[in-house]
Amino acid sequence: MTAVWDAIFQAGFFSSDEVQVALVVGGVVAVVSGVVGVFAVLRGQSFAGHALADVGSTGGSGAFLVGAPPMWGFLVFSVAGAALMELIGIQRARGRDLATGIVLGGALGLSALFLYEDTTVHNTTGATMTVLFGSIFAISSSLTPWVVALSAISTAGVIVCYRPLLLASVHPDLAAAAGVPVRQIGAVFLGSLSVAVALSSITIGSILSTALLIGPAATAVRLARRPGLAMLWSALIAVVSVWLGVLLAYDSYTWPPKHQAWPASFFVVAVVFLFYLGADAGVSLRARLRRPAAGQVAGDGPAPAGVSG
Amino acid sequence: MVPPLRSSEDAPGTYGEGAPPTGADLLRLDDVNVRFGDRQVLRDVAFAIEPGQFVGLIGSNGAGKTTLLRVILGLQRPTSGAVHLAAGHELGGAGRPRRAPLVGYVPQKVMLDPDLPLRARDVVALGIDGRRPGIGLPSRSRLALVDRLLEQVSATRFADSRVGELSGGEQQRVLIAHALIGRPRLLLLDEPLANLDLNAGQDVVNLLARLAHEQQIAILLSAHEMNPLLPVMDRVVYLAGGRAVSGRTDEVIRTDVLSGLYGRPVEVLEVQGRVLVVAGLETPDLPVVSAGARATR
Repeated sequence: MTAVWDAIFQAGFFSSDEVQVALVVGGVVAVVSGVVGVFAVLRGQSFAGHALADVGSTGGSGAFLVGAPPMWGFLVFSVAGAALMELIGIQRARGRDLATGIVLGGALGLSALFLYEDTTVHNTTGATMTVLFGSIFAISSSLTPWVVALSAISTAGVIVCYRPLLLASVHPDLAAAAGVPVRQIGAVFLGSLSVAVALSSITIGSILSTALLIGPAATAVRLARRPGLAMLWSALIAVVSVWLGVLLAYDSYTWPPKHQAWPASFFVVAVVFLFYLGADAGVSLRARLRRPAAGQVAGDGPAPAGVSG
Repeated sequence: MVPPLRSSEDAPGTYGEGAPPTGADLLRLDDVNVRFGDRQVLRDVAFAIEPGQFVGLIGSNGAGKTTLLRVILGLQRPTSGAVHLAAGHELGGAGRPRRAPLVGYVPQKVMLDPDLPLRARDVVALGIDGRRPGIGLPSRSRLALVDRLLEQVSATRFADSRVGELSGGEQQRVLIAHALIGRPRLLLLDEPLANLDLNAGQDVVNLLARLAHEQQIAILLSAHEMNPLLPVMDRVVYLAGGRAVSGRTDEVIRTDVLSGLYGRPVEVLEVQGRVLVVAGLETPDLPVVSAGARATR
């Protein structure tokens, strides 16, 4: 029994400071990503989340260049990117799409420059890896209080806007007709989203941060019928994914090829993906088992297969 | 009695509480015009609705039905003209109601995302306090109210189902309950029958007619096809090219009136109990458009 335990939690896992910071920061960030991610999914803003992460990578790589902690770079650029998107074109869906694309292209160009400088001038290939793919074991413990504070801010934004956001996700006109300031609520949520993306970027990197934001949430909305439950599920799946990722990355040090640990981000995203596949299969199976029992119910005709226009 | 509110200095259109002249009207539109650029979407639209009336807003696609409903909701500011709601009620829309709004709304073409993690009862409950910030605490009276509304629209059977997995007619009923739970005196529905098959559509029409008569809730329902509504409509507002004629069905759905509205000859035919409006033969002397529209108000 202890042999199994020791094989899973290898020597030094619980005593390592780096692992402890990774578990705490990763866990907190996972909760925020899970909660914020549910509304990102419901509002169809997963691409916006990804765009913010790309913009954040400009800040992260820039911070490396000036020797600042990348988290601040991620945060400042992600939030500024959200503000810019909001300013350029919120009125029309097409305008928003173009605004996102334009901001994104410019920012990625800059991060290419910064990463090039980081790598050639400062001679650290680590910068590119850290910014793009994250290095959860290299987070300074002094950042922990900041991560917790930022997580609280991001979550608070979602909690304050909770009911209006739900109403708007049923139909924006319903919310507007009920007197919800739809645009302002959307802006607050975009702010929460940008902070969550920045936090996610420091744990698993800017490129993969969308996976932590969207994956658990997409799984949860398939499993839960209630919004609060969906958020609980989403947060739970995200936390389990991050912690499992940290554990597997730690253990992988002893896997072949020896003394060459696999990146934690890979494991986190892999677990997120497996959760999604599992939930998808489960939901399909449940639907197939139910269908014969449901039978034909009198009253309404069948739902239209699709809506035109 | 409060005079109509000026919506802004640069926009002469008004939207607000007012003292309707007859005192009985719930809603009154005075010569509402809406222009988008150089496109005139609504032209001098004027009509009134009384409590408990079932009013059909009839017009083909692009006639301005949705714009008109958005004007009444306060989501679209009229270029000129005024919308008066009965006094004693807070504004909906831009007015940010503090109390229950006068007007309930069911938007058009709603087919909810099957992945939306909301049960039918959650959508109905959002009608009580969806506009308020925060998460909101469950209470026994709220739950009872939601149950009562679900029962009123015969949605109890699928109250706990995911709302996006319901049929079009079921979703429609849930959204009606959502609108009704705020105790509106006027219910606006934008093309509620468009996505429904005949039976489901008839169910919705019957439900609305019952609400109008039992609870004195006025219904303004837009449709491009008037026949399903003919048995229950108290009045009709017929829109064509941004102009409107309103009155009792037999006053409006007539060859001379509709020809005047369309500005070209149309004919109203009755074929096997169904009323059809078809392009008519050219005749040289047409009634003047606006005179026809005013005469029937």
